[in-house]
Amino acid sequence: MALSCLLVMLIGVLSGCGDSVWNNPYPTSDSSSNILYSSFSERPKHLDPAVAYSSNEYALIAQVYEPVLQYHYLLRPYRLVPLSAEQHPEVIYRDSEGRAMEKESDEGLVAFTDYVIAIAPGIRYQPHPAFAKDEQGNFLYHALVPDALDGIHSIGDFPQTGSRELVAEDYIYQIKRLVDPDVHSPIAEFMKAYIVGLSGLSNRLEAARIPGKATDLNAFGLEGVKALDRYRYRIRIRGKYPQFRYWLAMPFFSPMPWEAVRFYRQKALQQRNITLDWFPVGTGPYMVVENNPNRRMVLQKNPNFHGEYYPSQGEISDRENGLLDDAGSRIPFIDRVVYSLEKENIPFWNKFMQGYYDASGISSDSFDQAVRFTIEGDVGLTADLRDKGISLKTSVLTSVFYMGFNMLDPVLGGGTENARKLRQAISIAVDYEEYISIFMNGRGIVAQGILPPGIYGRREGEQGINPFVYDWIEGAVRRKGLQEAKILMSEAGYPGGVERSTGKALILYFDTVATGPDDRARLNWFRKQFLKLGIHLVIRGTDYNRFQRKMRDGNNQVFLWGWNADYPDPENFFFLLYGPNGKVSAGGENAANYSNPEFDRLFERMRNMESTQERFSIIQQMQEIIRRDSPWLFGFHPKSFNLYHGWYRNMKPNLMANNQLKYLRIDVDRRARMRRLWNRARIWPLASILIILFAFFCPAWLLYRRQQRAGAL
Amino acid sequence: MTAYIIRRILYAFPLLAGVNILTFLLFFVVNTPDDMARMQLGQKHVTEQAIQKWKEQRGYQMPLWWNGQSEGTGHLTETIFYTKSAGLFLFRFGRSDSGRDIGSDIMQRMWPSLAIAVPSLVCGLLANITLAVLMVFFRSTYVEFWGVIVCVAMMSVSALFYIILGQYLVGKFLLLVPISGYDTGLNAVKFLVLPVLIGVVSGLGAGARWYRSLLLEEVEKDYVRTARAKGLSETRVLFSHVLRNALIPILTGIVAVLPILFMGSLITESFFSIPGLGSYTIDAINRQDFAIVRSMVFLGSALYILGLVMTDIAYTLVDPRIRLL
Repeated sequence: MALSCLLVMLIGVLSGCGDSVWNNPYPTSDSSSNILYSSFSERPKHLDPAVAYSSNEYALIAQVYEPVLQYHYLLRPYRLVPLSAEQHPEVIYRDSEGRAMEKESDEGLVAFTDYVIAIAPGIRYQPHPAFAKDEQGNFLYHALVPDALDGIHSIGDFPQTGSRELVAEDYIYQIKRLVDPDVHSPIAEFMKAYIVGLSGLSNRLEAARIPGKATDLNAFGLEGVKALDRYRYRIRIRGKYPQFRYWLAMPFFSPMPWEAVRFYRQKALQQRNITLDWFPVGTGPYMVVENNPNRRMVLQKNPNFHGEYYPSQGEISDRENGLLDDAGSRIPFIDRVVYSLEKENIPFWNKFMQGYYDASGISSDSFDQAVRFTIEGDVGLTADLRDKGISLKTSVLTSVFYMGFNMLDPVLGGGTENARKLRQAISIAVDYEEYISIFMNGRGIVAQGILPPGIYGRREGEQGINPFVYDWIEGAVRRKGLQEAKILMSEAGYPGGVERSTGKALILYFDTVATGPDDRARLNWFRKQFLKLGIHLVIRGTDYNRFQRKMRDGNNQVFLWGWNADYPDPENFFFLLYGPNGKVSAGGENAANYSNPEFDRLFERMRNMESTQERFSIIQQMQEIIRRDSPWLFGFHPKSFNLYHGWYRNMKPNLMANNQLKYLRIDVDRRARMRRLWNRARIWPLASILIILFAFFCPAWLLYRRQQRAGAL
Repeated sequence: MTAYIIRRILYAFPLLAGVNILTFLLFFVVNTPDDMARMQLGQKHVTEQAIQKWKEQRGYQMPLWWNGQSEGTGHLTETIFYTKSAGLFLFRFGRSDSGRDIGSDIMQRMWPSLAIAVPSLVCGLLANITLAVLMVFFRSTYVEFWGVIVCVAMMSVSALFYIILGQYLVGKFLLLVPISGYDTGLNAVKFLVLPVLIGVVSGLGAGARWYRSLLLEEVEKDYVRTARAKGLSETRVLFSHVLRNALIPILTGIVAVLPILFMGSLITESFFSIPGLGSYTIDAINRQDFAIVRSMVFLGSALYILGLVMTDIAYTLVDPRIRLL
């Protein structure tokens, strides 16, 4: 009875809403608004550009902050173009005396490199209370007391805002923030090795730091970074490091107005969680107007945005795909972006199918509903999705996921011929084509080396294969037969997986944090792959912290690991195997603790070179060395599958650029039409439920009446 | 009664301290301050210096329990345990390891949790009592027989199943309400209907059976027989006498859970993307944010103790025979 009452109430409440569709999670008034709807499953940890380093954090702050450079949206291979800079930075090499040198000078003589950057005048910050001033020119909100904050719960609650022009000093201020002891930038230690004077500044800031009190960075100079005038500044780095220009395109090198830092340092604001880490202040196309990490984050078009135009250049296919239809148009196109908290895949997927999210990835739960493979192996969408006008875009990510061998291990590691052959045999036996097919629904390509597609130095076709694991047969790549792996095992001293000298079976230990029920099949698969060679693989499930400790201590043999490119340069991959970056010896990113003097020597040459033929040749030599030594079992490069509704325009996967929102366009009318069509409520089953309940209780009611007449229970 | 309440409050201190010690112990058996720093600082380019700085700024560079390098009371007070625990007894939760003010977050997230928990409790109670009364009223008939079977069947199904089925039927098939999400004010109603409905239905089996057994116990007592002998109708007997007396354990049971409602529901909040305290706790555990974990455990324990005290008081209110000394 109560249930039926509840159902009736439910109908009543919903009928009273006056909504055209009942399941619309957004206000009806927004149905015809130019809003893009997206989601987040985990709140970003940081939105401070000196700290943020994750893709979900970049998805937001890259729309707000503008570094001097950005990646071209359409052109491939990826190339940098000016963003807030007027042109590409001027690069000047200097010797140890500070004298300018020719670009072709011997690299060994280059002591410093200057990057002279000129930013475009007239760029203004978003409206923000940090800039608001009274008539006398004093900042309105720089000396707040708790009582003055009644009714202020978010940054949008301040009645007054202001703005000012972007100047070169703002970029310098942000570079200083990288070593501010209160900030904890993840690249601080890394950049100290390059930017002249940054290490010294760090020491001075540390010495001057008073716990609980903010340090005024304007009072500290930075030797290697100087403002040349209002719009130009110079960064001096040690030696030659051409990849530095990629760093200039990352949010770490965005401008930061000192007013914002001073504003957000006020205790009264921090107590209300109004901090720079949650409400960024930038010059970009969007500004954060609502950041409730518990529910929703909202970006809105920045009214002070300096203006930018949709690119007119692209690849040939871009014109055919309509990606150049908006060429030359002023961007951004979308007025507002709403990110809603969505913790589980199933509700997210259903809402995407109802049209309430504009784009979606494909989780393994919904893969079969979305994707089908043709007999030829081509990827396509299911009829349901095609009928809805949904399109699929795939792209191979600039990432590598590999199985690492600890090179410090006495059995599996080291540079001996036996150990090398053992690793090569395992590389042949573990069939990653099968892995991708079974566990990833085909969403990946097998890695032939360390470099993913799109990274300079990668070769395709016969010349690009790993000859220690694959053969090139009749124009196609084929994994070597198991027999070859067994021969290698025998040569390594383990015929049939039994150690020749002791007669004992070879046992290897595989440390993993994947210990859930869903991972069991995957781990069993790995065990079977090793068993093909007679090797007993013991799975050691462990929690994340212990796993990290084992990695740091070198107390492991086999592990799975991955890397996602910071920038599209081979140096950002090869450094993962550079000896001095060893995880055990130096706490670096070389998780396999691989060390090969020849490889290290080539890396040191290659990393600072421009992308010339000579560099290409060195890269091939390095690939050859690591393929032979096999410190990794080169696993796979994942492939992203993303779905977009028919009203979603101008989408081209760009794995380097994070500021893609400004290029996107939504056909709002089509979306509203489709939502109405797809979401008509079905009432009749409710009536059926009421009838069933009535039918169930009717005899009971008659029984009750009879009992009443009988006058006793 | 005042003396009793004061005594219970004083008892609460060692209890809360014990819970706090246990939480601290369990957390730091699994995690070290270094692990926490690495989790917060991210995966890439994390150096030992950065870890040390992170720990120093948050007070995690100190020893866990005993500071051998300090003097006097400093042995105990200059430790992670003391500095992180002392403020809790004044409900000063401080800042999370990611830098947010925990008290402010709790105040914000408490309302969505209550927005689900209170209607679920009230509607669930009504539904459970109604079904239980019907089964007792029609005992030894097909209504009771099938009622009990349905209740046992409903008890046997996991809450997760109800959530997925409910989202599929109501949100996806009938298209009556949003599948998930949350909003403020009156706009929240359309988001709350489904989780509340699922909360009621999922608790119906166990609740109705429990209340049925309470009612059956009452219905056999002498005073009920006397009431019937007086010629009262069965409806009158049930509602004026049986239900009133059976309500004593029901009400006291409800009073005990009232404070806990603040803590939210872990699964429901997660599946419906409702930003309550349940999902707050789960997120903190996943992120190894000790500051939030200890605050939530402490708050949960304090509310639980409050619930027990309130239960005792409720007994005295509904049953005049009971006195608190």
